[in-house]
Amino acid sequence: MAAAEPLNTGIGESVTRVEDSRFLRGHGNYVDDIILPSQTYAVMVRSPYARATVNGIDTSAAMGSGGVLAVLTADDFSAFGGLPCGWQVHSKNGDPMTEPKHPILAEGAVRHVGDPVAVVIAESKAEARRAAALVDVNYTEMSPLIDMQGAVAGSAELVHSDTPSNVCFDWELGDEAATEAAIAGAAHVTRLELVNNRLVPNAMEPRAAIGDYNTANGEHTLYTTSQNPHVIRLLMGAFVLSLPEHKLRVIAPDVGGGFGSKIFHYAEEAIVTVASKLIGRPVKWTADRSESFISDAHGRDHLTTVELAMDANGKFLALRATTLANMGAYLSTFAPSVPTYLHGTLLAGTYTTPAIYTNVKGVFTNTVAVDAYRGAGRPEASYLLERVVDLAAIETGIDPVELRRRNFIQPDAFPYDTPVALTYDIGNYQATLDMALEKTDAAGFEGRKAASAARGKLRGRGIACYIEACGIAPSNIAGALGARAGLYEAATVRVNPTGSVAVLTGSHSHGQGHETTFAQVVSDTLGIPIENVDIVHGDTGKIPFGMGTYGSRSIAVGGAALANALDKIVLKGRQIAAHLMEASADDVVFKDGQFSIEGTDKSVGFGDVALTAYVPHNFPLETLEPGLEETAFYDPKNFTYPSGAYVCELEIDKETGVIDIVDFHASDDFGNIINPMIVEGQVHGGVAQGVGQALMEGAVYDDNGQLMTGSYMDYCMPRADDLPNVTVSNHVTACTHNPLGVKGCGEAGAIGSPPAVVNAVINALGDYGVKHIDMPVTAHKVWSIMNANGN
Amino acid sequence: MSVNVSMTVNGKPVSAEVEDEMLLVNFLRDHLRLTGTHVGCDTSQCGACTIHVDGVAVKSCTMLAVQAEGSNVATIEGVSDGETLHPMQQAFKDNHGLQCGFCTPGMVMSALDIVKNNPSPTEQEVREALEGNLCRCTGYTNIVRSIIAGAKEMEAS
Ligand code: FES
Ligand code: FES
Repeated sequence: MAAAEPLNTGIGESVTRVEDSRFLRGHGNYVDDIILPSQTYAVMVRSPYARATVNGIDTSAAMGSGGVLAVLTADDFSAFGGLPCGWQVHSKNGDPMTEPKHPILAEGAVRHVGDPVAVVIAESKAEARRAAALVDVNYTEMSPLIDMQGAVAGSAELVHSDTPSNVCFDWELGDEAATEAAIAGAAHVTRLELVNNRLVPNAMEPRAAIGDYNTANGEHTLYTTSQNPHVIRLLMGAFVLSLPEHKLRVIAPDVGGGFGSKIFHYAEEAIVTVASKLIGRPVKWTADRSESFISDAHGRDHLTTVELAMDANGKFLALRATTLANMGAYLSTFAPSVPTYLHGTLLAGTYTTPAIYTNVKGVFTNTVAVDAYRGAGRPEASYLLERVVDLAAIETGIDPVELRRRNFIQPDAFPYDTPVALTYDIGNYQATLDMALEKTDAAGFEGRKAASAARGKLRGRGIACYIEACGIAPSNIAGALGARAGLYEAATVRVNPTGSVAVLTGSHSHGQGHETTFAQVVSDTLGIPIENVDIVHGDTGKIPFGMGTYGSRSIAVGGAALANALDKIVLKGRQIAAHLMEASADDVVFKDGQFSIEGTDKSVGFGDVALTAYVPHNFPLETLEPGLEETAFYDPKNFTYPSGAYVCELEIDKETGVIDIVDFHASDDFGNIINPMIVEGQVHGGVAQGVGQALMEGAVYDDNGQLMTGSYMDYCMPRADDLPNVTVSNHVTACTHNPLGVKGCGEAGAIGSPPAVVNAVINALGDYGVKHIDMPVTAHKVWSIMNANGN
Repeated sequence: MSVNVSMTVNGKPVSAEVEDEMLLVNFLRDHLRLTGTHVGCDTSQCGACTIHVDGVAVKSCTMLAVQAEGSNVATIEGVSDGETLHPMQQAFKDNHGLQCGFCTPGMVMSALDIVKNNPSPTEQEVREALEGNLCRCTGYTNIVRSIIAGAKEMEAS
């Protein structure tokens, strides 16, 4: 057989994306694009108040409105459970967190603006909308609890009247006494209070859901904008509606971005599922953007006090962080895990700090639920750490780069046990820092600063060294810490008789490009062209099982499951090939799509083996089953630990305070990289969201609990002319405990960039003696500081 | 109130009875099933719904269907030559100018409009001209690259 042409679609190649062609031609298939025969439309009636009792709901006028098929309230859902929380945190005294009911529709009370009270179903969306305005809800408004400090005060009224206080949990991690002792005896302690601003995820596709009940077989199908359809099937099926798996199919087709906000199980999914059975027709709900703002889970929203203790040489001795974390009005699916196990555990950062203690109180307020948003806890950890380190550098007069270097965990120290429960397997923090400094010409900064000054600009430079933890696992440890689900991933590799391959993966792609990267892993392993590989995701009816896509876990966990399933395919293929070549399987090697016996010219192609598996005429039927399909479940042994160094250079206009980022470089260690082009794109996107958090974005509630930033008119998201060209570089230390040596790259940009940007702002304002500015650092805040200080 | 509306969409004449309050974007999506034009907001700020009406880029969520009476409408579905991508679409693919794909149709329609008015735009010009289009995935760097590359390709061809 002729030597195979190189495929150029394997691991490490910047293969252009398989999925692009349909998106570019307008042939994507997003939930709102689906129009089922005899489909009806649902519009939600939502609370205009942040806190009120619901005394009664008069639906008669709405029912009489044209085209209306049903108006449903909590009474219609009394047979079902509330929306479950997937992670149970325990307080430091051992008590489980407070877990108030999260009803599908309001049961006698509303707890945030946007809380759903009723749903109208009509022949058209316009008719449903008209009728929704006629639903007459009798409220008694009460004064809401909006700010966290007020909500935790002893005298505060309760968001949930059946709970002892508004504190959901009072959690701790680390050695409190050792930390206190180190702080008390330290040569220097830097102290900082900071806000991690509340963000609205704002995937460009608004959430949508269609319930479709099949009267013939009693099966429900839910089309939903989800990052993890199997998790929704589990949560909604088992905990809310009591539907067994075989009667509930969840399909998440093309999904227009998620960033965490589409992990969670939302009320509307249960509502359309129930309503479809009730009226016997498909029911579609699509959020308006202003509805997304008040119903999608928000992100971040921490208030933190952090102290960093150092010896006289700037060696870190201890870190203590005390945080109030907003939970909003209800516990969203993974909310309690975010400020605790995804945050407190990351407080060592890249440093050898020997004593760390953190206390986090989760707080109920009359605001939209807060849950994971790109990075989920890790950006908050990285931000407080890299801000306090930078401030420590200013206070001690040690150069910020030098201060970080003095405290880095050294490359030969791995595996490294941190004082906050993690074991880092591998990394090289110096390498990415060196790379970032070199790429951004650290030595030339003073010259650039002088040139900026000559143009009336203050130039600042900020660095941040982040670490994150991806692919949360292993399941048994996560379970002991409160996770109510497994954290593995599943993949099935189905080799078809003619040698094409379908991969059924539990990971879900909503922009990350799995249809390309996962196919590259297959192409690389099996030596077949990427065109012969189909990546199937997002449908519980097709895919055996899966936990979905969040926490940068797809390649590290889902990719590992795929790699293991492929290994099983190759193992079986070698047995079949051995039979065909009349050899022992031990002597068969597989390379570039050919099974061969080393030292001979005997070889058989992958396609021939596949065909033989399905047409088993010459096949070892006594010892081997026909067919060529394998499934692997992969449960990681540890998190993966991407890390890196980000450098931001910016200019501040002295007249206006306007900030212009002139250079941004991200140097990351993601372990092995499947597709550099896609990884670079993930970093670009993450950095854009991080810069958005640092300079522009912030959800603001007024005292009445009205979301003041409830549309794109008031919630400022980065546009093309707000951002610089972001450049990237990579250093590779391969993950030691998964088969691909990968770590994950989806969240890094959003984790490393906020502190880099804010550090640069503070650096630029060095002459004004300002220690800290809370995000978003707007031109107005900067201008006020420059002017308050006698500019 | 129902009214009759007729227009040309991607070269084909269409006409239908629609509610007078129906937005052009809903006419395209729900009536014609041209679902490549997306709805990302309700305040005319995201540009996911961008199409061309009589050769000019328009946010189709800002127009009623009846206002397009007699117009020549072009949507993303009409841009490629069958399976063969338009040079601008190809440039988006080659430069990884899309991730989730939701903003993409609007970006491509805006890009074509930008290049029509300015055949070889600079990076800064592209960034400014994209002020009506939001993307949450890409950070824009690769969208800007795509548009500049697409413009070059269009000039060459
Ligand atoms: S949907 Fe038209 S601008 Fe957002
Ligand atoms: S590619 Fe997802 S919003 Fe632009």
